[in-house]
Amino acid sequence: MDGPLDPDRLAALRDAALGAASAGGASHATLRVERIHNQTVLLRDGRLETASDDMGLGMGVWAVRDGSEGFAGTEALDPESSSGLARSALEAARVTARARSRPVELADEAPHGSVEWSSTYGIDPVTVPLADKVALLADWSERLLASAAVDHVTAYVLATREDKYLADLSGTVAVQTRVRVHPRIEALSVGADGEFETMRTIAPPAGRGWEYLQGDGWDWDEELAELPSLLAEKLAARSVEPGTYDLVVDPTNLWLTIHESIGHATELDRAVGYEAAYAGTSFATPDKLGSLRYGSPVLNIVGDRTVEHGLASIAIDDQGVEAQSFDLVRDGVLVGYQLDRRIAAERGLGRSNGCAFADSPLHVPIQRMANVSLEPSPEEVTTDDLVGGVERGIFIVGDNSWSIDMQRYNFQFTGQRFFEIRGGRLAAQLRHVAYQATTTDFWGSMEAVGGRSTYLLGGAFNCGKGQPGQVAPVSHGCPSVLVRSVRVLNTREESGR
Amino acid sequence: MSALPHPAQVVERILAASSGPCLATVEETHGAEVRFANNTATTNGMRHGRRVTAIRVLATGQETRAGVATESGEVDEAELVAAAEREANVADDAFELVEGDVAADFDDEPSITDMSVLSAVLGDLAGVFQRAEGAGAVMSGFAEHQIVTTYLGSSTGLRLRHAQPTGALHLVGRADARSAWAASGASSFDEVRIEALEERVRRGLEWADRQLEVAAGRHEVILPPEAVSDFMAFMVWQASGREAEEGRTVFSRPGGGTRLGERLSELPFQLRSDPAEPGLECQPFVSTTASTADVSVFDNGLSLGRTAWIDEGRLTHLRYHRAGAARSGVPPAPPVDNLVLSLPGAAGTLDDLVSRTERGLLLTCLWYIRVVDPKTLLFTGLTRDGVYVVEDGRVVGAANNFRFNESPVDLLSRATEASVTERALGREFGEWMNRAAMPALRIPDFNMSTVSAAS
Repeated sequence: MDGPLDPDRLAALRDAALGAASAGGASHATLRVERIHNQTVLLRDGRLETASDDMGLGMGVWAVRDGSEGFAGTEALDPESSSGLARSALEAARVTARARSRPVELADEAPHGSVEWSSTYGIDPVTVPLADKVALLADWSERLLASAAVDHVTAYVLATREDKYLADLSGTVAVQTRVRVHPRIEALSVGADGEFETMRTIAPPAGRGWEYLQGDGWDWDEELAELPSLLAEKLAARSVEPGTYDLVVDPTNLWLTIHESIGHATELDRAVGYEAAYAGTSFATPDKLGSLRYGSPVLNIVGDRTVEHGLASIAIDDQGVEAQSFDLVRDGVLVGYQLDRRIAAERGLGRSNGCAFADSPLHVPIQRMANVSLEPSPEEVTTDDLVGGVERGIFIVGDNSWSIDMQRYNFQFTGQRFFEIRGGRLAAQLRHVAYQATTTDFWGSMEAVGGRSTYLLGGAFNCGKGQPGQVAPVSHGCPSVLVRSVRVLNTREESGR
Repeated sequence: MSALPHPAQVVERILAASSGPCLATVEETHGAEVRFANNTATTNGMRHGRRVTAIRVLATGQETRAGVATESGEVDEAELVAAAEREANVADDAFELVEGDVAADFDDEPSITDMSVLSAVLGDLAGVFQRAEGAGAVMSGFAEHQIVTTYLGSSTGLRLRHAQPTGALHLVGRADARSAWAASGASSFDEVRIEALEERVRRGLEWADRQLEVAAGRHEVILPPEAVSDFMAFMVWQASGREAEEGRTVFSRPGGGTRLGERLSELPFQLRSDPAEPGLECQPFVSTTASTADVSVFDNGLSLGRTAWIDEGRLTHLRYHRAGAARSGVPPAPPVDNLVLSLPGAAGTLDDLVSRTERGLLLTCLWYIRVVDPKTLLFTGLTRDGVYVVEDGRVVGAANNFRFNESPVDLLSRATEASVTERALGREFGEWMNRAAMPALRIPDFNMSTVSAAS
């Protein structure tokens, strides 16, 4: 059942786990009890295809003893299991100490006492009946299928509610709730020659409730109305001539470029090699802090776990650290990193800035991404103003394919809609567009950023990192931007056709 | 760590709580893992999870509805069935439930693993770190072992159980701007030797002592089995029959229909999945908690056999659940949790392919692979942890990394040579396709789109 976790039951689990950890000699221990309710509803051509309703309730203990850490998690919730879990975490610490070359230390964090926090939402999305979800998506699908330009439609909504309870040996006890939704609808058009194109909504996922699908925060009617004509135009569009173009990038596309080339690159655990086995490292190494010219002077990047509706927003992170806002890039220069308590202590950086997260009570918290956002211009600069400064270029809207190397240098992105820019004005759509660049070259060529009116909080539910793999929701706010002289590929030519 | 009721009992209680057709699954997971980096152990974990699912089927007149509810840990079985009934909706994938008997092992306890299975690896790591430090290198990696025991019951009387062990060990060595990777998938850590991986990493770092600059462009490339695995796994995941029929995939036939039967390669490759594949054994029946375009909850318990996705170079199966297959007049082909690519008559190893190369690039593995163009199934991605320059049959140094743009379907059509097939763990998708066996492939004109500065 959804609703608050039972406080008496939580207290019993806390006392058992932390008592056993303390008795076992732990210098630090955290108990997390989490209920994560995930729903997926997907319709194909207006008919229900997938309905998944998964409510996970479990707990995990993370403990440090004698300079070694251990973690254990279970979905059996009773005090006996809770104390046993603490002993298992200490045993994991003992066993793995054999391969530990140096002790783990944690940056200090003052206890926060009792904290209660909830994200801002109106209607808890997981409580909306499946029939209502199906009805809304079916209505959206039918609107698109009514167009002769549309052959098939897929529509889905992901809905999540997280109830998180955290208690640690320092005395912090946090009870936190957050919800999020991600609706998306995609139309497909197939030509007689077998060519096909898709066009999907560019509405971002949001830390909002069901009211988001009812129009609070996005104009669904407007976007659905324009999708068929956009799709028809795209299918008939000219294939792009590869070369170098000035790009005006809409925030619905740019959030992902920020995520990959700045968000991950400024994770300090990556930068010093702790993710070398899988997620990768970073070109933005600590020796460059304060000196690396990351981008042009209009590049100002902030990490923030407090922004309203942010998918990574929270009050207390999964290591008991208060959520914060902090600079990563200021005036184009690298000035900060995202931290958890381990890495902050190891690098002597003082307090963690609160970026620890685990995607499940059965997973150990690791450093994960804050909402990493690009600040808009203080001046009122519109997207039209940016387009007006381009003689030959492309305006890119919506995200699609993405890929970046393991040090976050070389990236390639596509999008949903590519409008040619000629003489400072938007022209017809283009097809088969991908842009490719090196991170510092791209951000160094960013000539202008849009004003607050162009700003949008984009994001994703499924940022991956760690082994075993963990997924994290994260938002990225940004305005429209103008970037000069970017390499554009023709994806069809890349395939040798 | 727990006193949860026996999974078989939970299955029976769910079925007993249902007043009509019903399916029940319990998925019990035990896992242990340890990570290491910068020559020291880092995070670790032991996990015990239980997912319990009730699938209620309601038939009224011509219409069949299905509802699914999943919860974790100890559940109220009657409430779970009631939740599934509340969520029941019209099911386009409706099909008769699978009949069957009670498997002999159905009442067996769940299989368990814990940190002790990693004991030998942990014991060896200290030596690995010591040797790395002596060579000016740092080692990173990951060792994990988990066992998922699935219990499945149906109101038809069918009762099935399967315990699936999965293990993996990754080792990455870095020294200056050089890096090398080796990994192994296995069902048991008795089969894994970190010394063998350490030797491969050491050899890769030695090869990289000499750094060579190679420009982007089309190069002759030898794809090792690990890279082929990532290409093939991602391709099979795109092989939905329903989506091909809609015209939206590389397997769609222009003008309608699918490319089933079409020759994709002049070489007689076979790409297959088989629960009984020696060394790659996997669950021999369907178990799913949600329907998709080509997987159906109605197929739960359906026996899985050998499925050749490609045979003698021709596309022979796309993924279909029974209802979809019946509508399209093709055999059902649900996904199977292993994948094997082989070329009949292929002989020799990866090293033999290298020895027969006049000039080319030997890759180690691929990274960040994403679909760029579904029409051609064009993937983009990066080379990682070792691109080696081969001249006159031997490795002469290491090149820079590249971003590639290539389609696995095109690669099969352009491959000119394959090695024998061996077990291979893909760098990017090995977590989801642990049980794979692949050959190395020679591609005469692999498209390296641009140089990546990453090292």
